[in-house]
Amino acid sequence: MGDDIQIHVNGQTRPWRGDATVADLLQELDIKTERVAVELNLEILDRAVFGERVLKDGDRLEILGFIGGGTF
Amino acid sequence: MAEDRLIIAGREFKSRLWVGTGKYKDFVETQKAIEASGADVVTVAVRRVNITDRSKDNLLDYIDPKKYTILPNTAGCYTVEDAVRYSRLARAAGVSDLVKLEVLGDEKTLFPDTAGLIEAAKILIKEGFIVLPYTNDDPIVAKKLVDIGCPAVMPLAAPIGSGLGIRNPYNLKIIMETVSVPIIVDAGVGTASDAALAMEYGADAVLMNTAIAGARDPIAMAEAMKCAVHAGRLAYKAGRIPRKLYATASSPIEGML
Repeated sequence: MGDDIQIHVNGQTRPWRGDATVADLLQELDIKTERVAVELNLEILDRAVFGERVLKDGDRLEILGFIGGGTF
Repeated sequence: MAEDRLIIAGREFKSRLWVGTGKYKDFVETQKAIEASGADVVTVAVRRVNITDRSKDNLLDYIDPKKYTILPNTAGCYTVEDAVRYSRLARAAGVSDLVKLEVLGDEKTLFPDTAGLIEAAKILIKEGFIVLPYTNDDPIVAKKLVDIGCPAVMPLAAPIGSGLGIRNPYNLKIIMETVSVPIIVDAGVGTASDAALAMEYGADAVLMNTAIAGARDPIAMAEAMKCAVHAGRLAYKAGRIPRKLYATASSPIEGML
């Protein structure tokens, strides 16, 4: 199946396959699941559902991780 | 001082110096400075993962979460909603319920919005978070934070990154007398003597980032801070002599010619 939908990941719009899950996207982006949080349309997803949630056209994802920081 | 452990919400910490991981030249320097500081708690920020360039290293490849307690913060949050959202994301990305809660009031001073802080803390505590709040040196706010369930409070010494040292030691002392939870002096430390003073006043720990990362030699400064926090803690426990206006001789009169 080709790229037939558009999703928004960390503020960037990208074409994507209509049948793929959050886990598929993370794998495609080479992101290890154990160190990130994923917010899908403002809902924080449990890691356990990454493999089940199929992305739909127009979905907005935020993928966040830890970076260096003190008090702001 | 094996028995002199810091305990917060049932968790035991070896080090009374906690450090941030921002502003370093690179991850190797971050790693070396943290090692030299002896800290076992390190703060991190939560931000978008770089999805276009995956070749970049990850902080946690250098700071082993098995060795250090990773304390996520809500740095950069100016509203209750943002601070709560980032806290939830931090919990989802991490391994614990710990969060260093910051709700900032103003970009110029980065002083905490204490009303927002209390509101956000209430929401997060209800959700099971262990909230360590970055707050002003205000004893009344500190008491309110403890009353709603914060297991420690983190009053500032001076504005974040200012290096001004402890601007209001009397308020810090009043906070220490007002609440019975650990006090972690957070932000504003400039050099080792500031950290030692905080501990001599009776702080339970000190958290800093810029004072180490911004020093000309961050690794040497990390070690200086480790020594200062240790010395300050020992001096606090040993009990200083009272201040007097006039001299008291240290040598006996007896036996003099």
